Amino acid sequence: MKFRHLLMPALGALGLSLAFIEPTLAQDAAAPTVNKGDTSWMLVSTILVILMTIPGLALFYGGLVRTKNMLSVLMQVFAVFSLVAILWVFYGYSLAFTSGGEGVGAFIGGFSKAFLAGVTTDSTADTFTKGVAIPEFTFIAFQLTFAAITPALIVGAFAERIKFSAVMVFTGLWLTFVYLPIAHMVWFSEGYLFGLGALDFAGGTVVHINSGVAGLVGALMIGKRIGYGRDLLAPHSLTLTFVGACLLWVGWFGFNAGSNLEATGGAALALINTILAPAAAGLAWMTVEALGKGKASLLGIASGAVAGLVAITPAAGLAGPMGSIVLGLVAGAVCYVAVTGVKNALGYDDALDVFGIHGVGGIIGAIGTGIVAAPSLCGYGVGEYSISGQLVTQVIAVVVTLAWTGIGSVVLYKITDLIVGLRVTQDQEREGLDLADHGERAYNY
Amino acid sequence: MKIVMAVIKPFKLEEVRDALTALGVHGLTVTEVKGYGRQKGHTEIYRGAEYAVSFLPKLKIEVAVASELVPQVIDAITAAARTGQIGDGKIFVTSLEKAVRIRTGETDIDAL
Repeated sequence: MKFRHLLMPALGALGLSLAFIEPTLAQDAAAPTVNKGDTSWMLVSTILVILMTIPGLALFYGGLVRTKNMLSVLMQVFAVFSLVAILWVFYGYSLAFTSGGEGVGAFIGGFSKAFLAGVTTDSTADTFTKGVAIPEFTFIAFQLTFAAITPALIVGAFAERIKFSAVMVFTGLWLTFVYLPIAHMVWFSEGYLFGLGALDFAGGTVVHINSGVAGLVGALMIGKRIGYGRDLLAPHSLTLTFVGACLLWVGWFGFNAGSNLEATGGAALALINTILAPAAAGLAWMTVEALGKGKASLLGIASGAVAGLVAITPAAGLAGPMGSIVLGLVAGAVCYVAVTGVKNALGYDDALDVFGIHGVGGIIGAIGTGIVAAPSLCGYGVGEYSISGQLVTQVIAVVVTLAWTGIGSVVLYKITDLIVGLRVTQDQEREGLDLADHGERAYNY
Repeated sequence: MKIVMAVIKPFKLEEVRDALTALGVHGLTVTEVKGYGRQKGHTEIYRGAEYAVSFLPKLKIEVAVASELVPQVIDAITAAARTGQIGDGKIFVTSLEKAVRIRTGETDIDAL
């Protein structure tokens, strides 16, 4: 971690550690070394994040819906992943990770690497260590998986009633106008939030607050499912949800420890934190639930673990192991209240709790990172670390993300509604999206 | 001929089958059903959303027998399926006009 001290002045980033730095071509730097160990780890991490999305997230969500909508959720996650992969190499990577020039550059990049122009097997992307790089294709692919899972997460909020065509149109729009600007602002050196010194190790703001708020907006604009609060809308297979939750956890090691960009002690720290925070969060959710409702449920501990994974994401390489446990405990307990109490009190139908877990857990993580990263609390924040000062920066990052994704999502749902319509008909919803949208059934016994 | 139809607790099936076999009844149809009576259902909670599940899983057995065997069949099922708790189920008896064994064409009592 001390290397970040050396790196940061070069980036002009106020002496604070930041999660991602922009790739630059090899010839720009003084012949950076590409280490085969780092490259291998990043390739494995990339594959792990794909595992986390398809099938992990798809199964986690799929088990939670009713039998008649199982395929629609699997299909939406798979199709979103595929669509974003293509858009990412067309223009996504370029808009997120190249310079946008004076003025707009703080918010969005340019088109200089559209269609991956100029990228070859010899191109490199910087890591956190001066003079050490990874192949740019590796960085592009790793970042592709982050861009792909984020809109896939939103699917859970409007599950069981959205039109498939609306998912595809919205994903294309949302990636372009919400995800790419936020990713650029947080992770690229000229980005607005990067410049402020906001800490986001693996994407608490970019991935989780971003998708959580977009999910909440979607749930509100699309409306409740037919029968919400009256009929039995129970999960059709908690077994598959369990399998999905476990795949999410395993895949998250690529997400968090991979965000270290090098196979170093920093990656190991992120990995152990990614074990401890979800473990603590799952136990916290389970305990609060058992005390409140009398029984500890599997869905409860699994949901708590995911909330812990979300919360540790921005702090993965910055918190100490004990700090990550505390962060996990808080996230598990607070997300339980958000999902079971606040949602029912306010009456919105966030079907699979995208906001309650990713939005709320993401906000806890983003703000909590300002605390647990403090060297005085055994964290790995660098420079003249002031908890109060860092907290202000973290809150600014959260508010900017909330506002951008909140307002942007409202507009983009509206546009999607005008182009293809957001919601299926009542008859189609009762029949189930599997038959209505895809012409097939998940189970034929 | 009569059809004796009984709705029983699922875990009582083997005992009921054994009791009927002992009476010389050599055929039984079983269907998985759901229903409610005096037995209360239970509550399921998924992430805080509580659902009252009032339809409980039961097994429905149907057996066709000669009319004179009906009292013994009722006694056998009652004895085998009883736990003494609410939810043990019910027995219904209806008349059966005709029976045919498809393989041989035998009819009525010969077909049972």
